[in-house]
Amino acid sequence: MTSPRFSSSDPILILQDVHMQFGGVTALKGIRYQVPRGIVQSIIGPNGAGKTTLLNCISGVLHPTEGRISFLGRRVEREPPHRIAALGMSRTFQHVALFPQMSVLENVMVGRHVRTRSGFWAAGLRTRSMRREEAAIGRDARAWLDFVGLADAAHLPAGALPLGKQKILEIARALATDPALLLLDEPAGGLNTRETEELGELIGRIKERGTTVILVEHDMNLVMTISDRILVLYYGQPLASGVPDEIKENPEVIQAYLGDEWTPDEGAPIMNGQL
Amino acid sequence: MNLRKFAPVAAFVAFMAAFPWMVAPFDAISHYTDVMVFAGIFCLVTIGLSLLMGFAGQISLAQAAFFGIGAYASAILTGRFGWNPWAAMPAGAAAAAAVAWIVGVPALRLKGHYLAMATLGFGVIVHIVLNEEVEWTGGPSGMVDIPGLSVAGVRVLSETAWYYLVWTFVAAALIFSYHVLHSRVGRALRAIHEAEKAAEAMGVPVASYKVQVFVYSAVLASLAGSLYTHYVTFLTPSSFDLMWSVRFVLMVVVGGMQSLWGAVLGTVFLTFVGNEWLHVFADFEVLVYGGILLAVALLVPQGLVVWMQEKLSRRRETLLPRSE
Repeated sequence: MTSPRFSSSDPILILQDVHMQFGGVTALKGIRYQVPRGIVQSIIGPNGAGKTTLLNCISGVLHPTEGRISFLGRRVEREPPHRIAALGMSRTFQHVALFPQMSVLENVMVGRHVRTRSGFWAAGLRTRSMRREEAAIGRDARAWLDFVGLADAAHLPAGALPLGKQKILEIARALATDPALLLLDEPAGGLNTRETEELGELIGRIKERGTTVILVEHDMNLVMTISDRILVLYYGQPLASGVPDEIKENPEVIQAYLGDEWTPDEGAPIMNGQL
Repeated sequence: MNLRKFAPVAAFVAFMAAFPWMVAPFDAISHYTDVMVFAGIFCLVTIGLSLLMGFAGQISLAQAAFFGIGAYASAILTGRFGWNPWAAMPAGAAAAAAVAWIVGVPALRLKGHYLAMATLGFGVIVHIVLNEEVEWTGGPSGMVDIPGLSVAGVRVLSETAWYYLVWTFVAAALIFSYHVLHSRVGRALRAIHEAEKAAEAMGVPVASYKVQVFVYSAVLASLAGSLYTHYVTFLTPSSFDLMWSVRFVLMVVVGGMQSLWGAVLGTVFLTFVGNEWLHVFADFEVLVYGGILLAVALLVPQGLVVWMQEKLSRRRETLLPRSE
């Protein structure tokens, strides 16, 4: 899958001067960044900073107007999403995008699509290899439901789950594609405190499996707890990057979040999970 | 297959098997077997079309043209070149598949309803060719004396024999399509229908799947056209015009797009309505036909099958909370 020149110590993702322009609006103004393998990389920033646009460029939903993106040593900035998924990148969506009328299990089974191959004829004729593959898809999907703790809900329609579980299901579906890189777009949005804690624990276990995680998130407690590195975007540009402690204390970051009204006496809400 | 699923299927099969024998004793309806042969032929078209409309989310206005490609391929290859009909049938289907691929690839790469536009144009072209290529197709006066079909050396002659032959094809198409829907491919199609962007992110090549379903629908329509040719043994281009394509779409919509049973039910219903039941209204036939379509669109927009399922399972519905 990976290109021959790619070694496991190279960054999994390299962004070179990524620009994204929508008509007259420039959403990303030259992002230059590298994500090493095996870490939890968070991307934070005020609303409209370009976080989701950046995720969409990385995952192929959008094609940047300028710049290069390489994933596992391959140029992907002009590739469609399904090819990028096949290379080993998967994602969740800010606004849950499950297949609501399909069962929880079937949703995860769709995640196995890219690692399986039975086609139209094999399916219609139910060939032996197709049935064998189908059984394996079911087994793998169940294992992922176990991993995220949704095994009990396997046969419910995905749309019938509460929001918190729908978000977890999206992660299970993304994991089922065997990603080397997993992009999570505001996974804690709409979750309560206990659910957010469980999410943090789940992201930790995903990292332990060797999957690199890129997390776009507003919940600062979560970000500060689980991130290895943080990139702060501000008006489509990197403002700062570093480990959580560096970011918390970076005056520019605090200024960006709070604007001119902030005075040091009030304390920085970025540390209290308020943003 | 569990009992709740199996019982209606068994009832359907038993009813269909007994149908010619049930109507035969009654002079007023004994010709319903003939109507059902046509309904079965049209079902082959609409089963493919319902996969395209209900699962790939695309409309084709060229199904009558693919039906025509199959019909004329069979007529010309058997009538002019003396081919065995069973060899001509897959040849016609292969031609329809190739044409569908050529039309579908550019139209389905674009998002939106470009396939409807492309097939509208393509359907008109096919109809013109059938009318103008007099040397091959007989032009507006059509083709006559097309050979019939034999199965294992026995001519298929009676309406009842044709009925079983055609509905065997329908059963095969239903089983094949059902298997497709309940597989990796079918999950991908349903995923495309429910959330295309998520399906893409999971690695489903959306355009390629839409093309595959379109080609499949063209193949089924072509096979239907071949059967039609050998059943009626004469052809005129008017059976393959745009109006017929629209009728096929209506059959799927009236029955219910998201279900194979919907295609069958809608097709049988509208075939009887169009061929039989509305004749009593004489000049008002078209008006009543339009009224039925309007009533379905307004009262049961999901189609007759969904409406029937809801009636049957209302008790179960109340136990499960509806999804938002």
